[in-house]
Amino acid sequence: MSTLLEVTDLSVAYGKIMAVKGISFNVDKGEIVTLIGSNGAGKSTTLRTISGLLAPKSGTITFKGEKINGLQGHDVVKKGITQSPEGRRIFPRMTVSENLDLGAFLRNDKSEIAADYDRVLELFPRLRERLTQKAGTMSGGEQQMLAVARAMMGRPELLLLDEPSMGLAPVLVELIFDTIVKIREQGTTILLVEQNALAALDVADRAYVLESGSVKMSGNATELASNDEVTKAYLGG
Amino acid sequence: MTQAAAVEKVAVRQYKGTPGQIRRRRIELTAGLVLGALVMVWIVANLINSPTQFAQVFILGFRNGLLYALIALGYTLVYGIIELINFAHGDLFMLGTLFSSYFITVWFGQETSNLAGWLTFFAALIAAMAFCGGLNILIERFAYRRLRRAPKIAPLITAVGVSFILQFIGIKWNGSTPRNWPKVLPQSEFTVLGVHIAWNTVILLLVAAPLLLLLSWVVTKTRQGKAMRATAQDQDAARLMGIDVNRTISFTFAIGGALAGAAGLLYQQTTGTTNYNLGFQLGLIAFTSAVLGGIGNLNGAVLGAVLIGIIQGLNDGLPIGLGQKWSQTVVFTILILIMVFKPAGLLGKSTTEKV
Repeated sequence: MSTLLEVTDLSVAYGKIMAVKGISFNVDKGEIVTLIGSNGAGKSTTLRTISGLLAPKSGTITFKGEKINGLQGHDVVKKGITQSPEGRRIFPRMTVSENLDLGAFLRNDKSEIAADYDRVLELFPRLRERLTQKAGTMSGGEQQMLAVARAMMGRPELLLLDEPSMGLAPVLVELIFDTIVKIREQGTTILLVEQNALAALDVADRAYVLESGSVKMSGNATELASNDEVTKAYLGG
Repeated sequence: MTQAAAVEKVAVRQYKGTPGQIRRRRIELTAGLVLGALVMVWIVANLINSPTQFAQVFILGFRNGLLYALIALGYTLVYGIIELINFAHGDLFMLGTLFSSYFITVWFGQETSNLAGWLTFFAALIAAMAFCGGLNILIERFAYRRLRRAPKIAPLITAVGVSFILQFIGIKWNGSTPRNWPKVLPQSEFTVLGVHIAWNTVILLLVAAPLLLLLSWVVTKTRQGKAMRATAQDQDAARLMGIDVNRTISFTFAIGGALAGAAGLLYQQTTGTTNYNLGFQLGLIAFTSAVLGGIGNLNGAVLGAVLIGIIQGLNDGLPIGLGQKWSQTVVFTILILIMVFKPAGLLGKSTTEKV
């Protein structure tokens, strides 16, 4: 399988505080890869850096063989990487359908956009009932669906999902993870960041365990899920 | 009645706030009604006293309101997108009046209302909009952009500084005393049902109204407008959609500046005077309008500006009233009342946001 995203020796700092300390990982085409770890491990910082919202201190990020670190956020989207950010960050005073339109902001192919619009509404039928509702008035779970759907509207090659299960009821968590699997089946590669390690390892092919800014372990998701150390630290076993 | 039933009966009644809140609301309502009644009596008395004069000052007030609206939109656009009260905006308008004066009279030598004068007027409209729009882009780029992630007070003070810079450019350019300029708009007036209406009022309406409609179209219907609204709500999320946030903010400053440029020309051509401190005077009134309508809300800015214009016009021009010397007092009393009783403004944001 070909490597889609390659992160090499990446370090990111907030002022003098190093949040990510030289991590390396890669995502192959068609995979679901997850970064797991506790609060403050540097997972979200890594995703924000890939998306161009933060500039790395050192290291490189290549996407399809092309260096993308140092690009502005909007240029990263042009390359084919979209993100559903932590805390959803939907546009609260816009309707659901306006939010979805913005997800396709850089695209001009009207008929394809319409097709994707139907596709994401099929993935999240609940949103169809809410198209004209102001996004800020929806429940947390609905907002999360919208955030993922909005990121899908960019028709990315690589979809970054930051904590999609945060603050959701168990039944919704299950729905979100089922949808993640469906999205991959439709051909989108996914890099997933999660605190809910159990659910993440369940859907992922490979995983990297982050701890205070470094990769502590990595490997096949099913193997990691049965690893004693991982179980003890992250799976509450 | 059992105690449980009594409790239930109380619970069924809708909760209307603490006794303090209820009392406060009652006082506000009474005060509002009394004030409203006084204003109505005043308006009706004047209307009966001299209907034509009333119509005349009303139209004049409405005209000034549109002029304020063009400036107020610049405040509200910028506040809407980066939550900065751009104190330099009034002074940008002032530079617009000076640019227009020089463009028409000094550079193109037009002094009378003829075809050449007219063509120069329209050329000046485009040029003044480009000048102020461009200048506003530069101001954002060099004075505000680097402070975007700084505490809010830093860009605010910078804006005050930029305001001074622009004022001193104004003094250098205009001199420190008011200057009179020839007008190329027709100075005649016509009469409808005994009401005198100046042609330049009509022209101001014909220039300002399409600009306001154009702005509304840009913001609600175009791609750039979509980018502006998204950036206003969440900059990082906008970036993740592929929106170039810096360019969008520049664009917003350009539009706000262009409207101030148009206002500058219209003001200069209707009053025929310029002064370096115009930005402070009209800027404050325009800012008050934006706050009255709900800062950040475009319709609100126009509504607030037209209301302030009309109120000011009625107060200044009606025979029974406080008169012009109280003009500013009336305007800023309105500002204070709004800040106290309706801080979000008339059309302020009301959508509840879940997090």
